Formats: sequence, C-alpha cells, structure tokens
Amino acid sequence: MLGEAEQQRLFIFIKKCEDLEGIFMPYNALPLNWRKFPERYNLEGSYCETCDTYYFPARVLCHKCRRKGKIVTKEMPRIGTIISYTKVHVGLKGFEHETPYYLALVDLGKGVKLLTQIVDSDDSKVKVGAKVKKIFRKINEGSKIGPISYGYKFKVIK
Amino acid sequence: MESGIVAYGVQIPKRRIKVEEIARVWEKNGKHISKAINVQEKAVAAFDEDSCTLAVEAARKAILDFNIDAKKLGAIYVGSESKPYAVKPTASIVAAALGANTRLMAADLEFACKAGTAGIQMCLGLVNSSMIEYGLSIGSDTAQGRPNDALEFTAGSGAGAIIVGNKKDEIIAQINHTVSFTTDTPDFWRRPHAEFPEHGGRFTGEPAYFKHIISAAKLLMQEAGTNADDYNYAVFHQPNGKFPLNAAKILGIDPKKVEQGLLTPYIGNTYSGATMIGLCSVLDKAEPGDRILAVSFGSGAGSDAFDITVTKNIIKRKAKKAVFDMIKEKEYVDYALYIKHRRKIKSL
Repeated sequence: MLGEAEQQRLFIFIKKCEDLEGIFMPYNALPLNWRKFPERYNLEGSYCETCDTYYFPARVLCHKCRRKGKIVTKEMPRIGTIISYTKVHVGLKGFEHETPYYLALVDLGKGVKLLTQIVDSDDSKVKVGAKVKKIFRKINEGSKIGPISYGYKFKVIK
Repeated sequence: MESGIVAYGVQIPKRRIKVEEIARVWEKNGKHISKAINVQEKAVAAFDEDSCTLAVEAARKAILDFNIDAKKLGAIYVGSESKPYAVKPTASIVAAALGANTRLMAADLEFACKAGTAGIQMCLGLVNSSMIEYGLSIGSDTAQGRPNDALEFTAGSGAGAIIVGNKKDEIIAQINHTVSFTTDTPDFWRRPHAEFPEHGGRFTGEPAYFKHIISAAKLLMQEAGTNADDYNYAVFHQPNGKFPLNAAKILGIDPKKVEQGLLTPYIGNTYSGATMIGLCSVLDKAEPGDRILAVSFGSGAGSDAFDITVTKNIIKRKAKKAVFDMIKEKEYVDYALYIKHRRKIKSL
C-alpha cells in the first residue's frame, strides 16, 4: 500500500504529466524521466541495511529507521507472483491501441509489490498466483518525433 | 587468434504469421510460394517490441546463461537496419538495460544484414589487442516488408547476441580466422525517411548474395588452409530458406550441415539477426572439436566469413534454452493483427 505522502506525490506527478500533454517523456520532463531509467530498465529500488527492508520505487529515507537507516541502491527480484489483475478494455492515453491488455499487481517478494502490464501470455495463464518474469519492452512511443519510453513489463512463465 | 565466443543469446518474438496467410490477402498461391522460398512462417514483433527490446533480451540471455559480468563488457555494438531512432544509439540503451559499466565503447552499426557479424569482428580486434576484456555484438532487426512485395513473405523479427572474450576456460568456440569480401553492389537499399527498403529483384541473387557468400567463404578457406570437408556445420545468411542450401551445394558442403543453423523457414529472415541466430543454434548442438563455417551477407554488398572450432567448454557452458526449443513458443496472428502490431495501418 502506498503511504499518504506517496499517494499525494503520485497524484501531483500524474497531474503534472497530464498538464504537459503527453504522459510519457514530454520534452520538458526529460530529466524527470531520465532519472527513472534504472528503475524502469532494471527494477532498481532501495534497501535499508539497518532494518532489512526493500523499497520500490526507490526512496532516499527509510520511513521506519529515519536518520538511523542506511539506504543503498538495490535491484529488485525479476520473478514475482500475480496477486491481482484486471483486463483493460478502455486504454489509458498512449495505450488506446493496445487494448485489451492486462494490468496486474505483482508481488516480487521481500515486501515489494508493483503494478505492471502482463504481455505475451495466454488468457488462460493470466491468473492469481501465476509466476511472472520481468521483460524489457517499449512502454510508449508518444509522437512520431518524440523520445521513446522503454521499461518493464512482465510475462507469465508458469 | 586467441579469442573466441564465450557466450550467446537469442530472442525471437512470440507471434508468427504463415506465408500462406500473407498470400491469402494478396490472392496468391501460398502453398506454391511457401515451397518455392522454403519458408513456412515468420516471427512478428509485437506492438511494444522493436530492434532495441529484442537486442536487450538476447544480450541478457547471453549475460545470464553464461555467467558473464556485464560490468566487464568493454564494448557493445548493435547491428540493425531497423533502428528505433535514426539518431540516438540503441547500444547505449542496451548498455543501461544490462547494467554495463560507463567506461564503454559503444556504437550502432549498419551494413544491411551483416552489421551483427561486423560487430563480432570489431570485438575480436579489441579483445585480441587487449583493449577490452569482453565485447558484445548484437544483430537485431524488426525487418520491414512492403505490403504485397516479395519481401513481405520473409521479413521477420529477431535478435542474436554474441560475446567475445579471451579467457581459455570460458571460450566455447574459438574463432580461428575471419575475413570479409566487400564490393559496391546496389542490390537492396533504403533511403532516408523511406518506410520500406527497395530491391533489385533477381539482381539480389547471383551478383549479390551468391557472389559475396561464395567469394568470402573461398577466401576464408584459402587463408585458413581449410576445405569444405573440414566443416561439420555451415551457417549462411538466410534471406529465404533456399539460398543457404544452394550456397552450400556450390561450395561442396552437404546441405544437411546447414539445417541446424537454418531458421528462416520458421522465423523468416531476421536480417542483422539471421546469421547470428543461425550460429547460436549451431552452438546449441555442436560438440567439442566440431568446426563451423559461418558466412553472413549484407546487401550493398559484403560478406563476413568465420572459421570456428568448438572447444570442450561447450559441454559445461550452454544456453538455458536451445533456439529450436525457443521457436516452439508461438502464437499465430492473421494478417489484420500482423499489420496492427507492425504498425502498417496508416493511422497508427
């Protein structure tokens, strides 16, 4: 579950993106997107060495240990389990042509969950409890002349 | 040469379209065409796949399956003629996705279908001169075929990645010798901003494909002091399923030795990926001591030839999944879904 502060941050981020007319990599948000490449390409998050807690997306402070926490960068596991999913028939802006597509909440273990698209998987295999693996895909092309967003999606392996 | 192949990986998209399905739309005789070019179906990159994502996945398999430290890669070259960006390297995206070091030589290469093998030669030079420890070369394409053009039946998608190194206990295939043959031959090209390549029809055969493949192979055997009988396997560039078999016949090589490295009948012509994937498939099956002849071809035109000997390390160092097992994972699409995924519908 996202904390209240994170929800607020996410809300501001989405609002900001919408204002910029293009959810993915609008030119004036290039640095913002570029900073997220390690997270999007390699599931890079954070780990608190003091209390053995994993964080994804990355954070600069451990909310449990505060100043006593020692946060280091860490890649999250690339294998996970679907804990909930939905089939999207009316796609978000930028995903209109990809419908229907699966969105799933995936548990990567170590207390880390993320929301992701599930691709290359038969309908019969997308279910709660299915094992999924991270793959590298194009997230969005935006306009024909803009930068291309790459990042993680998952596919069912068992 | 002291260096050789230490790792390899292949990525093939899941979707396939049958040659007969393409022929149905253009009201041609699919069975006849399929037989004439020896291609049953081709791999189709999905909406969210491009030569960059295929390159990343192929390279990741090479790194993981063969336990190579991505931080030790000194060079990454990506050969493709379907780059996602005209200006902005794919190689830097691949490097970031692999977690490679920033002390890195990187570039995208283009020589029609042979840029991947040209990358292997560059890595060999760098590794042999001790400028780098490992070099990664990838051939990756989501080939463009104009609707109702002969190329539409074969233009497939896929990527092959090969890592070159010089550690004796890691080399699975020693590269004994390599040589290239290059001429100015306008058999196939794509001008800037053109969506699809153009080609010279039958001109792409004798004066282009066969002349360069045969010349490079003969030059290699002459310089390496080998003859056709010395080779257990042969891999040739494969624009269709028939040309490589004919090339083998001309060189006096038993066409059976070509089969393990001939993937075009099942995934189509993967352009820059074709010779690379064929070679990877041969490495899946090869045994210590086996000798491999690999000759790529790039229109425009040139061929890179390699004389390779498989080492005993291949017994322990293997890819997790063989190419011929990989191609069994598939989902057929009809022509409508194919043009959606390949963005051939104008409004997409």
